[in-house]
Amino acid sequence: MAIIEIKDLSKIYDGSQIEVRAVDGINLTFEKGEFTAIVGPSGSGKTTFLNLLGGLDDPTAGEVIIDGVNIGNLSSGRIIDFRLRNIGFIFQAYNLIPVLSAEENVEFIMELQGKTKKERKERSNELLEAVGLAERRSSRPAKLSGGQQQRVAVARALASKPKFVLADEPTANLDSRSAENLLEIMEKLNKDENITFIFSTHDPRVVRKARRVITLEDGKVMKDEIRLN
Amino acid sequence: MLISISWRNVWRNKLRSLIIISAIAVGLTASIFMTSFYRGMANQRIEKAISTDIAHIQIHNNKFRENNDINMYIPDAVEAARKTSSIDSVKGVSARIINYSVIASAETSAGIKISGVNPEEESRVTDIQDRITEGTYLNEGKKNPILISNILADKLKVRLGSKVILTMQDRNNGIVSGAFRITGLFDTKTKSFDESIVFITYCDASSLIGLPAGAAHEIAIRTTGNEQIKNVYEKVLSDHNGLEVLTWSELSPELWFLTETMNYLMYVLFVIILMALLFGLVNTMLMVVLERKREIGILMAVGMNKVRIFTMIVFETVFLALTGGLSGVLAGTLISKYFETHTIDLSKMGNSIEDMGFDSLVNTSVDLRLILIVTILVFLTGILGSLFPAFRALKNNPSETIRTE
Repeated sequence: MAIIEIKDLSKIYDGSQIEVRAVDGINLTFEKGEFTAIVGPSGSGKTTFLNLLGGLDDPTAGEVIIDGVNIGNLSSGRIIDFRLRNIGFIFQAYNLIPVLSAEENVEFIMELQGKTKKERKERSNELLEAVGLAERRSSRPAKLSGGQQQRVAVARALASKPKFVLADEPTANLDSRSAENLLEIMEKLNKDENITFIFSTHDPRVVRKARRVITLEDGKVMKDEIRLN
Repeated sequence: MLISISWRNVWRNKLRSLIIISAIAVGLTASIFMTSFYRGMANQRIEKAISTDIAHIQIHNNKFRENNDINMYIPDAVEAARKTSSIDSVKGVSARIINYSVIASAETSAGIKISGVNPEEESRVTDIQDRITEGTYLNEGKKNPILISNILADKLKVRLGSKVILTMQDRNNGIVSGAFRITGLFDTKTKSFDESIVFITYCDASSLIGLPAGAAHEIAIRTTGNEQIKNVYEKVLSDHNGLEVLTWSELSPELWFLTETMNYLMYVLFVIILMALLFGLVNTMLMVVLERKREIGILMAVGMNKVRIFTMIVFETVFLALTGGLSGVLAGTLISKYFETHTIDLSKMGNSIEDMGFDSLVNTSVDLRLILIVTILVFLTGILGSLFPAFRALKNNPSETIRTE
């Protein structure tokens, strides 16, 4: 069953001289449990595409329908709440809240959702355990390595039990060991818990792990291949 | 968690936060101390005027104060004073004979006001007896005793035991004189008062001027406290129909004006401090919001709604304002409280303070009501100062700020 349907999606930036078609008439669907990589050269529109998918940006044309809801119809206040309950985000630069510990960063999302303290505690323990950081739960981001921070970011993205997780170049700032480790965790969560991951990447290791690879170029889908890993 | 995040955010840039917190704290400490100091000075000035001269309430013949005509006396003043002294909350009542005269020594002379008093009654109304520096307070055992100040003694070049001559008008517009022996010298530290008044006994004053027995020009009433003035005043007013009954603030409007002016100045001072605080907060928080543009964008992306973002910035600003504000209020109050019991000596600054009628030894007076108002105003200033930065924070567009590396 498709959890995301994308119809004729376009994003056009009006520059002073030229018009930039960052995303140009994309039609795609994503199923529950996918582990999909969006690849393409720099400037191909990967990040813009993920931003449109996550409701962080408004499309110039087309629709993004998540679980039957056309997110273009949501007000700016409701889209924030929609993101909170349906989409997990992992960013290239980790972007944890620096004044909160690893555990608090994970719990924060659940607090925004109005979960009880007990629920928050249980879920953050479970997630930090899953990303192998149970021992560092009290450490603040500054005391964690890049790889550890990105693992906390994965735990945070999953805290709200989202329908899918969007990851924009999640391994770009990591050394190869940390990247490998992160990928294993994401893959395990995908297989064991059927969590949908959609990530943009340049990293061939990430591409190798993906079961579906969508290649963008000049804002258009050039290739959409399913792999049997 | 929002409160916890905001509080921790305050301490992310310790130096910047400490600078604004210190600025608020120092500003408030200084202004609370200054207001307590000036309030103490003004209160002492008023208290001193009340305790050395005007008392809380005075009764006069309706026409006496127009031009201090000695024929405008209260005929049965001594009896009225005796009756008034039995009113509840009255500490003391003194019937005074007032006349203006020239005091002459062998060397020189000066114009002064004579206050003819019954020493025992007067000592329950004023505290001149506690301000005697030499000799005794109107020793009635001696013939024609007179009490003058050190300043006047220096001016007349006389000392304790010297003889002085008082020359004045009597009831029949004649000129009468009397020789008096200085039995005591006093010093109230208020130059204008000290150099213009002498005290003689009621009997001596009465016989010199030729007033009928029991008559006087002024009945001075001292109550047991400021809170009792209103009640005593109303009772005295109803008992003395046809006479002029006035409280200290009506008798000496300049003193009343002094406290009122002081109050206004205090508020003006705090408004200025709070305005500076407001601009300081807005500036600091705008820097914070601009610096954390990306982080705020991320928070919005992961699902923190605008109300929470707004509240977080408001909390941070209020925490900054209150941390500085409460430290300043506490320090200012403690320092001011300390100087309520430990006197500040301004005598080294010369006589100018005493010339203006103020004491050179000042104790602060802490107005807890004002301090409470200031604390609330600091809190409100914090909220006000947070609004602009908080609205700026909401203008962040997550997709744009996340791109910013």
